[in-house]
Amino acid sequence: MAKIVRELPGLALTPEDISQRKVLSTSWVPKAEYAWDAGIAMGRYLEELRNGRLMGVRHRRCGRTVIPPRIFCEQCFAPMDEWGELPDTGTVNTFSICYVSWDVKRLEVPEIPAVIEIDGTSPRVGILHKLGEVDPQQVKVGMPVKAVWKPAEERNGAITDILYFQPI
Amino acid sequence: MQKQMAIVGVGYSGFSSISPGLSYKELMYEAAVRAYQDAGIDPRQDADGFVTVAEDFHEGTSIFDEYVPDQLGAVMRPVHTVTGDGIHGLIAGALKILSGAMNIVVVEGHSKASNILTLSQVTAYALDPIYNRPLGLNPYSIAGLEMQRFLHQTKNTVEQCARVVVKNRRNALNHPSAGHGSDISLEDVLASERVASPLRKLDIAPHSDGCVVFVLASADAARDLTPQPIWIRGMGWSNGSYSLEQRNWAHADYARQAAQMAYHQAGVEKPHDEIDFAEIDDTFSYKELQHMEALELCGEGEAGRMIDEGATQPGGSLPINVSGGSLGVGNLLEASGLQRVLEVVLQLRGQASARQLKNVETGLAFAWRGLPTASGAALVLSR
Ligand SMILES: [Zn+2]
Repeated sequence: MAKIVRELPGLALTPEDISQRKVLSTSWVPKAEYAWDAGIAMGRYLEELRNGRLMGVRHRRCGRTVIPPRIFCEQCFAPMDEWGELPDTGTVNTFSICYVSWDVKRLEVPEIPAVIEIDGTSPRVGILHKLGEVDPQQVKVGMPVKAVWKPAEERNGAITDILYFQPI
Repeated sequence: MQKQMAIVGVGYSGFSSISPGLSYKELMYEAAVRAYQDAGIDPRQDADGFVTVAEDFHEGTSIFDEYVPDQLGAVMRPVHTVTGDGIHGLIAGALKILSGAMNIVVVEGHSKASNILTLSQVTAYALDPIYNRPLGLNPYSIAGLEMQRFLHQTKNTVEQCARVVVKNRRNALNHPSAGHGSDISLEDVLASERVASPLRKLDIAPHSDGCVVFVLASADAARDLTPQPIWIRGMGWSNGSYSLEQRNWAHADYARQAAQMAYHQAGVEKPHDEIDFAEIDDTFSYKELQHMEALELCGEGEAGRMIDEGATQPGGSLPINVSGGSLGVGNLLEASGLQRVLEVVLQLRGQASARQLKNVETGLAFAWRGLPTASGAALVLSR
């Protein structure tokens, strides 16, 4: 306990004070569950992930090829023109070495979230994923990487069908 | 208000119980494309701003407003999201025009109610966590309490409420996009299962998925864009106390005040005579009757007699919910009010096909925010 706290009068609030209802409070656990319709663009993207393929869409007017796919070009506000398979390789646009898990636990082995600019996109755009099989100290912006996929029988049409990207 | 701003474009997608073929983004895109086509605008060049309505808990995504620009043509443009009914959003957009800040504003609201697996619990989460939620009551019981007191005080009857359901479900049969049209009888409604007595299952509007997009314009821009602008003549909204213990359970005070504000702006002195038709909240059957009285479309205790006499049927003296309302089209969550405005616009334009009313000049749209709120918003529109 810090010195200043020791010198001040009063008592600390303990978890027991709350659980024994010496201090009144109320709690509620929300039950909020959803199942989002994937629709046309996300639906096909996820289906092709299950097949071990990355799909992009192209808009001829502005010349952009983007991933993940969408049915509209948000820049031109017009329908996208064509689908195409993209390679599962790219380069690291940016990365971080994260020592805390999503539910705020300290990690012995850090996670390496990264934005991977997928080869064949133009101007280059990326998907958010993780890097693996790499020494965190060796990760660099601009590093070429390739997807490591789950075994085909374990893939279920989700972004996690790619386990991580690894340097090549 | 004289002719200061108008609705110049409408687009919609839906309205059906499920919509698995489109993501919410694609649903919004489809409605937006139609609205821009209808208005003859390119959103990337012509729209000065965008207003959307959304509730994070209905979307299942925090800070949901961040997820709207792309599918509306609003990337890197001024976007403003409102938590409220769609009419609250529409009013927010209209005020941007009235202030002189913008000339053309897009308004969007949608429902993907089918994607919420625990909708009843999400609604319950809107109750006061200390005073009300620990009782563990189904939120429909609040509608049951209100219906009981409304009928007790006004002497309207359960049968008259059931007649509203029959009317609106049948009206929806003339609306190709309505999700819940059916030719049901009074007996069907009165024999449907009890939910929170006196409220029965068929007194409750089922949910639908869908999206509605409007393009609003200042008077000058409106005249340039369309030979048929639908003028916003009056806007009003009012928020009652959140306290379930202290609210007026018999009468919809929020509706009365919202309507008075809108009528005053529109110069409407005798709503019953000057409003040709109305699309008003019917989330529950009794709500249509309660709102008719609060909106001064009839006197207290007279709404039931009007439905008995057929006055609110499409061929009656004051047609109400010709679209089918929420009972027939479906409860569209935040987009419910926009569907009501949509019907008023289509009727005033003469584009309501099989359900087109004759000789209509002025229409009223009124939205309630739904359980457990005591808030609503009103719009008076004319040709
Ligand atoms: Zn483009």
